[in-house]
Formats: sequence, C-alpha cells, structure tokens
Amino acid sequence: MSMPDPRALAGLFSFAKIRRAVSLGFKTLWQHRLRSFLTMLGIVFGVCSVIAMLAVGEGAGYEAQEQIRQLGSQNIILRSVKPSDTERITTTQSRVSSYGLTYADMTRIQDTIPSVTVLAPGRIIRNHVWNATQRVDAEIVGVTPWYTDVRTMNVVSGRFFSPVEMEGHSNVCVITAPVEKRLFPLSPSLGRNVRVGADYYKVIGVMEAESSVGTSQSGNNSATQGTNGGYAPRIYIPLSAAKSRFGETLMRRSSGTFEAERVELHEAVIQVARLEDVEETAQIINSILATEHKQKDYDMVVPLELLRQAERTKQIFNTVLGAIAAISLLVGGIGIMNIMLASVTERTREIGIRRALGAKKRDIVIQFLIETVILAGTGGVIGVIFGVIIPVLISHVAEMVTIVTPWAPALAFSISAFIGVVFGIYPATRAANMDPVEALRHE
Amino acid sequence: MSNQPIVSLQSVTKTYFMGEVTLNALDEVSFDVHEGEYVAIMGPSGCGKSTLLNILGCLDRPTEGKYLLGGRDVSHFDDNALSEMRGSQLGFIFQSYNLIQQLDVLENIEVPLYYQGFNAGESRRMAKEIAARVGLGERLHHKPTELSGGQQQRVGIARALVNNPLVLLADEPTGNLDSSSGAEILTLFDELRSQKKTIIMVTHDPDIGQRSDRIIRLRDGRMEEDVRNVHA
Repeated sequence: MSMPDPRALAGLFSFAKIRRAVSLGFKTLWQHRLRSFLTMLGIVFGVCSVIAMLAVGEGAGYEAQEQIRQLGSQNIILRSVKPSDTERITTTQSRVSSYGLTYADMTRIQDTIPSVTVLAPGRIIRNHVWNATQRVDAEIVGVTPWYTDVRTMNVVSGRFFSPVEMEGHSNVCVITAPVEKRLFPLSPSLGRNVRVGADYYKVIGVMEAESSVGTSQSGNNSATQGTNGGYAPRIYIPLSAAKSRFGETLMRRSSGTFEAERVELHEAVIQVARLEDVEETAQIINSILATEHKQKDYDMVVPLELLRQAERTKQIFNTVLGAIAAISLLVGGIGIMNIMLASVTERTREIGIRRALGAKKRDIVIQFLIETVILAGTGGVIGVIFGVIIPVLISHVAEMVTIVTPWAPALAFSISAFIGVVFGIYPATRAANMDPVEALRHE
Repeated sequence: MSNQPIVSLQSVTKTYFMGEVTLNALDEVSFDVHEGEYVAIMGPSGCGKSTLLNILGCLDRPTEGKYLLGGRDVSHFDDNALSEMRGSQLGFIFQSYNLIQQLDVLENIEVPLYYQGFNAGESRRMAKEIAARVGLGERLHHKPTELSGGQQQRVGIARALVNNPLVLLADEPTGNLDSSSGAEILTLFDELRSQKKTIIMVTHDPDIGQRSDRIIRLRDGRMEEDVRNVHA
C-alpha cells in the first residue's frame, strides 16, 4: 500500500485548482439563484449608472466642445456691443448712437500684429429673406471672400463668392442649409434669386449652418425690424454689397421713439498663425482696441479659452460623477459583504467538514473570495451591458448626444471586480479562522 | 518499521479553562495503536471521547503530552501542517455523515483529493474505484439528500478511504442508522479490518465494541481499561 504523494504544495495555486474552485463557486451561487441575483443588483446598478452618467457627461462635453471648435481654435472673435450707459434717453427724441468696431480698428490690428494671418470683418443685418411668398427671418451677414478660411463650415454645393464679386459689390449670396430648407423646400436653390428689402440676390452656394455659439449673441446686438433676439439662420453676401445696400445706419422705430444705430462692423474673425500665440495676440488686440474705444463697445471671444474652460468643466463633472460612482459601488460592495457574511454563518458546518478533510485556511479563503468575485464580476458584466444600452436609449428618447468611451466600461468593471476582492476578504477570513471543531459541531 | 505504532499517545492531557475553573477533559492518556488494529473507544458521555477523537484527528492539540502520528510528533504542528496531516494521513467518518449537500456522491468522495492537489481526471478515477469498493455502484451522481442513511454513510466511508489514510477515525458511525443498515456498515468495517486498515472507532454500543480487536474505556478523562478481545 503506497501513500499518496504530498502534492499539496505543488498544486496549491495551480490553474486547474483555481478553475475547479471557480466552477464550485458558480455551482454554489446557482443553488441560491435569487439571493445571488439580488446581491448582484447593487453592483449592476452601480456599474450601469457609472457608465451611463459618464456617457451623458462625455456627450454633453463633446457637443459643447464641437460648437466651440467650429468657431476655430486659432481664431479670436470680436463683436460690437451696444454700450449700456448711452442707451437709455428718457426724452422721446430721435437719437443716433454710434458704436462698435470700425474699419480703422481692422487696419490697425492687421498692421501692428504680425501673428495675425487672416482678418475677416463682417456686418450683420437682421432682416427677412424672401423667395416669392416664402419668408424667413435671417441674419444677413456681409463678409469678405476669405471668410471661409477662418470658419470651419463647408460649402455643401455651389461656391463662396470671389474677390471679383466683392470688388463689384455684386448681388450674390450664399445661404445656409436651414434657409434653403425654408425658402426652397422642393427645388434646388442654386442660381435662383432671393429678395432682401428691395434688392434681389442670386444664390451661388449653400453652406452648413453655423454653430449657435457664434450667432445667438450677435443676433441680439444687431437686431432690426422689431424681430429681437433669438437664433436666426444666416445668409452671406459680399461685405461691399452689404455696405452699399444697407448703409451704416440702421433704423429702429417703436411707439414714439425713433432710434438709429451707426455701426461700421458687427464682427471680425481674426486668425492667428500658431495656436501658442492665440492668447497673447488676444491680449495685444485688447490693448490696441482699448485705446480707441473708451466705452466698452466691443466684446472678445477666444474659442481656445472657451475650449479650455469647457475641458476644465468636464473634468470637474467627471470627478463628481466619479465620486458618486464610487459611493454607489461602495454600497453595492457592502451589500455583497453582508450576504457573504450571512452565507459564511449558514455554511459553518460545510467549512468544518472541508477543514476536517484537509482544507487549509488558505483554501477556505480562496473558496469564499472566489464566490464574492464571481458575484461582483457577474454584476459588473451585466452592469456594463445595461450601461452601454441605456445611453443609446437616452440619445433616442431625449435626443442627447451620449458617448460611451471604451475606458468607461473597462474602468467600471475593474472597480466592481476590485470591490469583490476587497469586500470578500473579511467574510472569507472569518470563514477560514473558524475553529474546525466548533464548526463541525455547528447545527 | 512495522513494529512502530501508527498512533502513539504519550500522557496526553487536554485542559479547558473556563474562567477560574479548569477542566481536564483528558488526563494523562497514553496508548499505542499498531497497523491493522481495530480499536473501539468506549465510555459514558462526557468521558472525553470526543476530545480524544479531536486530538487523534489533528483537529485539536493536546495541552500537554505527545501525540505521534505515523512516527511524527504532531502535538505542536501549526494549523497548516495539521490540515496537511488531516488531508493526507487521516480519514474521518462521522455519525451524521457530514456530506456536503450541494455536491453529488462522486464529488463528495473527491473533496479530500482536491485539497491534496490531485488533478480532476485522476481524482475522478480514484473516487469511482473507491465507490465501487464500498458498494455504491449506481448512485454516483445523486445528491446526498436522495440517498438513504446507509448509503450516505457508505459515501462517508468512501470519502475517508479515498486518500488511503494511515488511520480511519469513526465517530459513532452507526449512531444515526436503523439496525439493518447499521449492521451492513459494521460488516463493511469488518471487511476493512481484513484489508489491514487501522480503525479507531468511538462508540457506546457494547455489541459493536465486541467486534473490535481492542476496547479502550474512558471515564472522566482517564483511561479506565484497555482490553483485547479474543475472537473465536
């Protein structure tokens, strides 16, 4: 009769042994299906909400950043603003207020700052655009031919106007997609004419719509004809044409009051050659303009700064979400630990039997730890599945952009597995440290 | 080698401290058991039988004295080493069978082999062989709750035998069985004796005691007598 080899040490942590322990773990948990499922729920919801929240946050951040990026990260945008203190005159008299950016400002900036590569000034007039009886409330924007260099929108069909048309004060226009949709819902718009006021403009191109970040503010400032504020789609005409057709004085009539504004330029987009120079250039422009504009009648937007700000905001947002996530996963982990402690007590006798049959403390620890990790891990997998599905539903129902970055499920899952280990250790060591004699006697 | 006792207790004392009172559950117990012996340990309840069995089974350590198992002094082994001894040198048979409920017959028999690091195929083969030897021919994939008491105890015996231990330790193995299945189990023990297995059995049934080679009687933690039966 030969004695069995003492293989215990060699086979202690062998892959086969762990695999059998895992299958035993699944078997044991399967016997208490309902309890195992309920225990997992905490982790499922935790992981799922983490991924979904991060996806919504990421999506919101992405939308904001895209809008800012559309303004061009190398750009500095100047806008004319009506100074508030000169506005309110109580007498019912006519008054002409003159403010805003001037052509002289543009020349000064162009001449003094070498890092400025493109300078695209623009005039914005709010008016109705007509095609026969179809009407749309739009911003008529007078720009230079190189306007497309500083903006990221593409000409979808046709072309932008040329320097020749600029020189010739030509009545041509490039309309944006929303305008085309309203004025020419059925037929192609290229080559047709639209009417603004008394003049007709020939449509030579169609562009993508501009991001709302760029237009809503300027819409407020340049409102005419009683349609105040709000977002309006744009059409583009040569700056020269805007100057000669609309003049520089804009009228506004309301009961008893007659107001006129004299504004040379409503906006200017300045492109800087190198990204690193953007912030410094912005400061120089500010100081140049400050000497000429005693009243603060212009406004500067640096998309790069907005972008950085948005990134910072997103970081804070993610940190807060991370904290909430940590708490919800912690709660799930405590739930698992609670059930495992109950399970250890319930299975005291089994622990005693296994110890009598040669199980070391370590074997018992591994057995219970594996069960906890299976619970947390399976909960994590289910959570990841729902966490990926729910953002898709959110974007369908709430029409929000959601982005599930690949690291979010990976992170959520590894945290849940980690929680399984952390919260499994205590019940497992408690099981292992039971006195075998006591455990065997346990009813 | 064959002269060396498999189990040797030398003045083993087990003392429990309960507050100010000390209780000697075992008091200077000494005896040897040799290979192939079938020893019955008898005595009234509270005499220290269970304590003795726990010490013999490496589940507990003596307060004083020496315990040599297979020639090795295990009295001061640590928990790991004792687990190792239980797994490789001892086979436990319990009154209430102590099968693991969620495992089937073969899996229950395989538990000691699992902790000894046998691979799945080998341990399955050994478990089947042992199951056949104790007469568990067909019910290999039943759960313990689907078996009769006698069958459950057969599984318990198979599990105790599967790692080919030095000593089988049985604690009232027929205590929960009706007389006919009890008799079958005792016949199984007789067969094991004829195969030169060393058996130490705790019982309070004098008839069972008579089937053994030797009876050790305990009273109040002390050895009262140690007699050899002469079988016809």
